[in-house]
Amino acid sequence: MTEKTPTLDTASESKYRIIGKRVDRYDAADKVTGQAVYGADVHPSNLLYGKVLRSPHAHARILSIDTSAAEALEGVHAVITGADLPSVSDRIVDLGETATSLRYQSDNILAKDKALYFGHAIAAVSATQPYIAEEAVSLIKVEYEILPPVLDVRKAMRPDSTLLHDDIFTDELGQKSTQASNVASHIRHAQGDVEAGFRQADVIIEHEFETTMVHQGYIEPHNATAIYNPSGQITIWCSTQGSFGVRSQTSDVLDVPISSVHVIPTEIGGGFGGKNSIYLEPLAVLLSKKSNNRPVKLTMTRAESLAATGPTSGSYIRVKLGADANGHLTAAKLYLAYEAGAFPGSPVGSAAGSMISEYRISNVLIDGYDVVVNKPRTEAYRAPGTSNAVFAVETVVDELCEKLGMDPIAFRLLNAAKEGDRRPDGPTHPRIGFIETLQAAQSHDHYQTPLDGKYRGRGVACGYWGNWGGRSSVSASMNADGTISLITGSIDLSGTRTTTAMQLAETLGIDLEDIVPQVADTNSVSNTEGTYGSRTTFATGWAAHKLGCKLIDAVKERAALLWDIPVDTVDYEDGCIFSKANRLTFKDISKYLDETGGPLMVSATSFEGGHGPSATTHIVDVEVDPDTGKVDILRYTAIQDVGKAIHPDFVEGQIQGGVVQGIGWALNEGYFYNDEGQLLNANFLDYRMPTFLDVPMIEAVLVEVSNPRHPYGVRGVGEVPIVPPPAAVANAIHDAIGVRLTALPMSPARVLEAVWEQTPSAYLG
Amino acid sequence: MSQRIHVQTEINGEAQDFLCDPRESLLDVLRNTMGLTGAKEGCRNGNCGACNVIMDGILVNSCLVLAVEAEGSSITTVEGINTPVGLHLIQQKYMDHAALQCGICTLGLIVATKALLDHNPAPTEHDVRLWLAGNLCRCTGYDKIVRAVLDAAEAMRENV
Ligand code: FES
Ligand code: FES
Repeated sequence: MTEKTPTLDTASESKYRIIGKRVDRYDAADKVTGQAVYGADVHPSNLLYGKVLRSPHAHARILSIDTSAAEALEGVHAVITGADLPSVSDRIVDLGETATSLRYQSDNILAKDKALYFGHAIAAVSATQPYIAEEAVSLIKVEYEILPPVLDVRKAMRPDSTLLHDDIFTDELGQKSTQASNVASHIRHAQGDVEAGFRQADVIIEHEFETTMVHQGYIEPHNATAIYNPSGQITIWCSTQGSFGVRSQTSDVLDVPISSVHVIPTEIGGGFGGKNSIYLEPLAVLLSKKSNNRPVKLTMTRAESLAATGPTSGSYIRVKLGADANGHLTAAKLYLAYEAGAFPGSPVGSAAGSMISEYRISNVLIDGYDVVVNKPRTEAYRAPGTSNAVFAVETVVDELCEKLGMDPIAFRLLNAAKEGDRRPDGPTHPRIGFIETLQAAQSHDHYQTPLDGKYRGRGVACGYWGNWGGRSSVSASMNADGTISLITGSIDLSGTRTTTAMQLAETLGIDLEDIVPQVADTNSVSNTEGTYGSRTTFATGWAAHKLGCKLIDAVKERAALLWDIPVDTVDYEDGCIFSKANRLTFKDISKYLDETGGPLMVSATSFEGGHGPSATTHIVDVEVDPDTGKVDILRYTAIQDVGKAIHPDFVEGQIQGGVVQGIGWALNEGYFYNDEGQLLNANFLDYRMPTFLDVPMIEAVLVEVSNPRHPYGVRGVGEVPIVPPPAAVANAIHDAIGVRLTALPMSPARVLEAVWEQTPSAYLG
Repeated sequence: MSQRIHVQTEINGEAQDFLCDPRESLLDVLRNTMGLTGAKEGCRNGNCGACNVIMDGILVNSCLVLAVEAEGSSITTVEGINTPVGLHLIQQKYMDHAALQCGICTLGLIVATKALLDHNPAPTEHDVRLWLAGNLCRCTGYDKIVRAVLDAAEAMRENV
């Protein structure tokens, strides 16, 4: 067991009283006793239970649906099908980290003419008991005309491919093509002259890569409970990353005013990008409406969650990199074809913007394709689209280092981007800490300690992610005892009530215990984007800082009234309000609220740019079992520029969790479809996420290169940790057994095949 | 409607009885009938451990136990772990080590940790990882949980 590593504080601040301390988490006690209420725990009076019928076919026309037997079953209250959803327009709706056409969003929630993937929702039922609802859906008769499934991204792109939709016309670099296609769009980033760049190169490496869909794998499946009351007011309880997103999406899909939808977010059992879009909410509302306005709860099984929500794209990627003899990258040519699933909207754009952005390269050409296939519609997953792309890029970088005989960290230091350099997709880098992470990696005990042993190897890989800011809203009320009730619209996935309160306490100079943070529903706070894009501690924290500044102004005004002096003669410092002759603590002002105007309440919002990108360097040691192909992780170190770690425990936790998800993606996780497009591993035994036994301690090293554009130097931390692991593990496997793997997951079977290919005699034993 | 069955049990030290359908799991009855929602459903087929309870001294996935099988047994859920004077040391150590993020796996893990430490008060890191391998956590990467469990074991040994 390794010891906790102290924070490497390059920003040199011990100037904070609260920020940077490992304080108690506000909601922890409720979460260790079972009192915290998650979506599936909600139980309004007179509750009914719902169940969704899903398509067993990947691609089929729906000829008829007969719900009569289900409706006749005792205990059944309502049955709905696609015909119950209002027809909606083609306008674009925001899903948080992704966007889609409203019609596609509606069609994903309930299929209309065609089922487009195995697990696509066809109908839904409400009943007095969950098992009656289950029995009822089995009584619904659907007549399908089975169509050929489109399952391979490259085949889907061919002009003669079967089409999923007859109304998708490729957006070809901004121009709509005239022939229907499965390719929804083609994007390109070009810089310099890539062919000239390759002519300058002394070493050129090119490889093709293939990766399969992987799932976010949150332990809590999707759920929604809704009431449609007799006056048309809708209340929804659900586990979501963003309550305001649920409100707007539900109002769009049901074509009802946004003001009629009240979303009460519960605690949430993990999201990782997969709980921004709605799935069940409109169904629960419609079922309630048809069930005499009784509340209806829908929860997904694990199989439904894997087959019909979430995953991120499988992909086909080509990477060609050139470097001169001194190790300078001269050109990069990248080709990405991403599975969007059944509707357009893969993260190919964010992949293109981040897969190689930590390097300085003058000549770059990136082509990206968003392609529909008969698989579930993809959703955001932690640094969307980037891990698989970086698996490709960093594998080729590793091979360049090998051919040049250069140390992988020295090579990266030579090519590392810094402030002022331009990203291949246009933007110029603000202050980033990539170089600092490389330097910390180089001098780290892990890198300095030689790794001995046959079949053992070490890999290095890096990652970059842009992060996000967005809209946040908070408010504060002063209580009778001078404590503050802090209301935030940000869903708390992993401690952001606390990190938001810490930033407010720091600004006010008061004790953290004097702030009571709470996540509010959509009627109680203003618009707040979901907890995604590594944005919450950055943006909601910024709003909390502004809130603190406004509170300081407010209490100064109250003190000026109380002391009967001009407000500009009142000062505030370290939690105290004072003038030449007077002094009060922040809390004390609560005693004088009535005589200075009554209750004190302040709100603040933020919608800032300035989110700082994250860069990271990972080192991993593996051991490969040559007989079984199994790869064991021996040691893992993740070194990340975290800006300012508001709560170091939580930042380490983000890194450790992201790394282990990345290890799962590297070694075991992946969707397996049969030729008919049916998902064969829709359970946690066969969709094999890392367990306690599969991983060692994960050392998280926090490098703090303060984000100059945030009041407390915060940059997002949650997403970039998942970016390097597949590449780092692949490079370590190469170091161990001399084989380059170019497909994910690097399962025992794949590793073994690669070993046999390399040494056919190994196959013969 | 099928015949409902009367089941008598002891839950968290109190005599409890309930009516259930023969096809209902213990997890469903705990959550939907008894209102004990500390046991969570992550998979409903024994793969995640979020629904862990202790039944007659044995750690079980309550999603795999039929409610009727609980007849005559004594069940401890996470709601029965804390002591009359407050949090159990295991719960305290999970908090101290920031061993939870979303918390959905945490309740099952605390029950599983209790069963581990009842059975082996001085586990090694490997023992902890092996015992808890039936509990999936997607948020933490397990590191801080292992530290919390080892620390809880040590603190509980010192306490007796
Ligand atoms: S819900 Fe019982 S093991 Fe997952
Ligand atoms: S803390 Fe979220 S699954 Fe473990």
